[in-house]
Amino acid sequence: MSFVSFVVLGLGVFAASGREPLRVCADPNNLPFTNSKGEGFENRIAALLARDLGSRVEYTWFAQRRGFLRNTLSAQKCDVVMGLPVDTDAAWTTKPYYRSTYVFVTRRSRNLHIRSYDDPQLRRLRIGVELVGDDGANTPPAHALSRRGIVSNVVGYSVYGDYRTNSPPSAIIAAVARGDIDVAAAWGPMAGYFAARQPVALDVVPVGPQVDGRFLPQTFSIAMATRRRDNIRHQQLDWFIERRRHDIDAVLAEYHVPRLDRGPTGSAPQAQQTREGTR
Amino acid sequence: MAGTNPAPDNSGDWVRPARDYSSTRFSPLDQINTDNVKQLVVKTTFSTGVLHGHEAAPIVANNTMYVVTPYPNLVYALDLSKDGAPVKWKYEPKTLAAAQGVACCDVVNRGVSYADGTIFLNTLDNRTIALDAATGKEKWGSKLGDLNKGETITMAPLVVKDKVLVGNSGGEMGVRGWLTALDARSGNIAWRAYSTGPDKEVLIGPRFKPFYASDRGTDLGIHTWPADAWRIGGGTVWGWISYDPQLNLVYYGTSNPGPWNHEQRPGDNKWTAGVFARDVDTGEAAWFYQMSPHDLWDYDGVNEQVLADLPIGGGTRKVMMRADRNGYLYVIDRTTGEVVSADPYVPVTSTKGIDPKSGRPIENESVHPSLGQVVRNVCPASPGGKDWQPTAYSTRTGLLYIPANNLCMDFEGVEANYIAGTPFVGANVRMYAGPGGNRGEFIAWDPVGRKKVWSIKESFPVWSGVAVTASDVAFYGTMDGWFKAVNAKTGEELWKSKVGSGIVGQPVTYRGPDGKQYVAILAGVGGWSGAIVAGGLDPRDATAALGFVNAMPDLPQATTSGGMLYIFGLP
Repeated sequence: MSFVSFVVLGLGVFAASGREPLRVCADPNNLPFTNSKGEGFENRIAALLARDLGSRVEYTWFAQRRGFLRNTLSAQKCDVVMGLPVDTDAAWTTKPYYRSTYVFVTRRSRNLHIRSYDDPQLRRLRIGVELVGDDGANTPPAHALSRRGIVSNVVGYSVYGDYRTNSPPSAIIAAVARGDIDVAAAWGPMAGYFAARQPVALDVVPVGPQVDGRFLPQTFSIAMATRRRDNIRHQQLDWFIERRRHDIDAVLAEYHVPRLDRGPTGSAPQAQQTREGTR
Repeated sequence: MAGTNPAPDNSGDWVRPARDYSSTRFSPLDQINTDNVKQLVVKTTFSTGVLHGHEAAPIVANNTMYVVTPYPNLVYALDLSKDGAPVKWKYEPKTLAAAQGVACCDVVNRGVSYADGTIFLNTLDNRTIALDAATGKEKWGSKLGDLNKGETITMAPLVVKDKVLVGNSGGEMGVRGWLTALDARSGNIAWRAYSTGPDKEVLIGPRFKPFYASDRGTDLGIHTWPADAWRIGGGTVWGWISYDPQLNLVYYGTSNPGPWNHEQRPGDNKWTAGVFARDVDTGEAAWFYQMSPHDLWDYDGVNEQVLADLPIGGGTRKVMMRADRNGYLYVIDRTTGEVVSADPYVPVTSTKGIDPKSGRPIENESVHPSLGQVVRNVCPASPGGKDWQPTAYSTRTGLLYIPANNLCMDFEGVEANYIAGTPFVGANVRMYAGPGGNRGEFIAWDPVGRKKVWSIKESFPVWSGVAVTASDVAFYGTMDGWFKAVNAKTGEELWKSKVGSGIVGQPVTYRGPDGKQYVAILAGVGGWSGAIVAGGLDPRDATAALGFVNAMPDLPQATTSGGMLYIFGLP
């Protein structure tokens, strides 16, 4: 324990004496994660981190599309990316700071109570899923439904959304609220945030099974990331995640991020995963 | 004697990337020949100052060379009448930086076109701009697409009569593909033909007479998809367009369907991964042929159509030749859309041939991909037997010169990835050299005899275009930076010169103001195949660039990035 304190103190001195800005690359228009006004939860956590380091955040904005890491972190435009699944190849991820899941979003008044891809209701309801379109790659619900032959009643929503609006990915959640679709199978952090902002009450329930078939994960642990060999910064981030765990949890709760690891709201379900990562 | 090309152009210029409307990339110049080509020396160089993949052809008109760079799409006009070809003017379109994040496979541009004293430029952020060729002054600019919807433009415009033809990119982003005709004088949209959706938006009407039954019916652009999937169905038009003045038809291919996995889009997914013939004045479709119905492999159908009249079956047939991504060299009757012949020009395992009755590939179900299942030895890999890099055709030799890939791929397990804040999963794809171990091959193909006549194996995929001359010299470049001249009849290597960066551009040849013949090429590695260098990707990340990096780990040792124009001539 005393060793731990010593290391933390050492890093703090290092950072404070440098006072270099915390250089973060982020999407300027991707709520609830980040936007250029600093309104996303990753913005908030970055601000916490910078405060801890006695520094400030300096953003490089870049749409989080294919080539994002290549053009930002790898191109040395910044030193930190605030959210990536653990074990992503193209960067060095820290320990995860939250684990979330794909969720079913329905209107509460419909009383559909869908918890599993095997629910027979999914054969007749109109289902919205997020689409990526990266040549054979897609969001886990898109795969899980097509594996079951559920195709003709599925509507695709671009994961990129309409970038002209100030909340591009929200269309799929608004479609549930409006009744355009009966159920959305969407990534939890996005779904939780926008579901809480609709004019009608929506239910947000983790999908099941958490690993579909033998190989198709529906849940992901999310970490921060640095470039490989950026050891000191990587350690700073790991220690920050450890020490400020409660503050991070509070931010995530404020944004209604469904959690599988530690659910501060009590509504998030079960199952701490022992093995992190998705590969 | 193999046929003749429509509308031969005998001038020493090279006014569009494909040189002529038939897209032969054949030059009538013959000063540089098989005997003296070995004396070629560098006459002039010019650095573009840009590092990404330089896929464009330098254009030559009125003693001026026009060079367009990848993003930010700078245009340079170089004065060929002066020593060292100094910059006459430079145009900066101020392309939006956000466009870089939207382009799928490096921020390339495949060239500008010259017509009637005007340079027509497409920008990555979806504009077509007309520039005064003499001054670089903007005549008009027209915004055709929306970055916010994932659209970009990377193709070279084709100017036909009073129309500028432009298509979009971005099938991976859920973009709905289109070809648009602009009025060349005003930039106003004359017509737009979508690649999916209702007939009236695809410009399918009474004149539409497809050869094969599976292309006949009402609103197939809707009914061959699950409900509404056509709205985001891909079929973008990012490749090449040819034109037959006699038939008044333009020909172009459409990209693969997207963005669903194939299980999620049952049906033929019209009108993706096929070729359209359209009336250039009205845009009305005359016929369509689908090379890859319900594409499984990312076999975009955007490759060039080389038009020629060939002696087939005792007569002369008006055909197009297409070296398609799916590995087949198609000879198609360009008046009707009938497949005259289709033969594999690279090793093919993904299908078992083309059924002559239906025109459809014969499926090889044993290699159909399904997430989580291991599928090995799918050939050709997603970049195809040939990607966008255009072939050349010589009426003298009757041979089509194909810059080919020799790549296969495995699907193995599941890989997680992350985009726009959202984790997603897909097959772990790895590409590697096909049979023989060479990743590329420069092939001379006899489209009448339906066979390979000779070929040159290359270590890397041949990702450059080709030019061929009336003196039977063919030029191409390699990704490790060799610019080569070969005997177009025999395949004998006659000359080569090392340039500063790998070549993914298109060679041209022209007559300079001094009456002498020159050859020009843009070096500057990049594009999908060169992403490992241009994007600085980690060679340990085998599945990066959609699995292409696995096949290219040695490219960073072989070349570095950097756009540079080279002009060669005889001493």
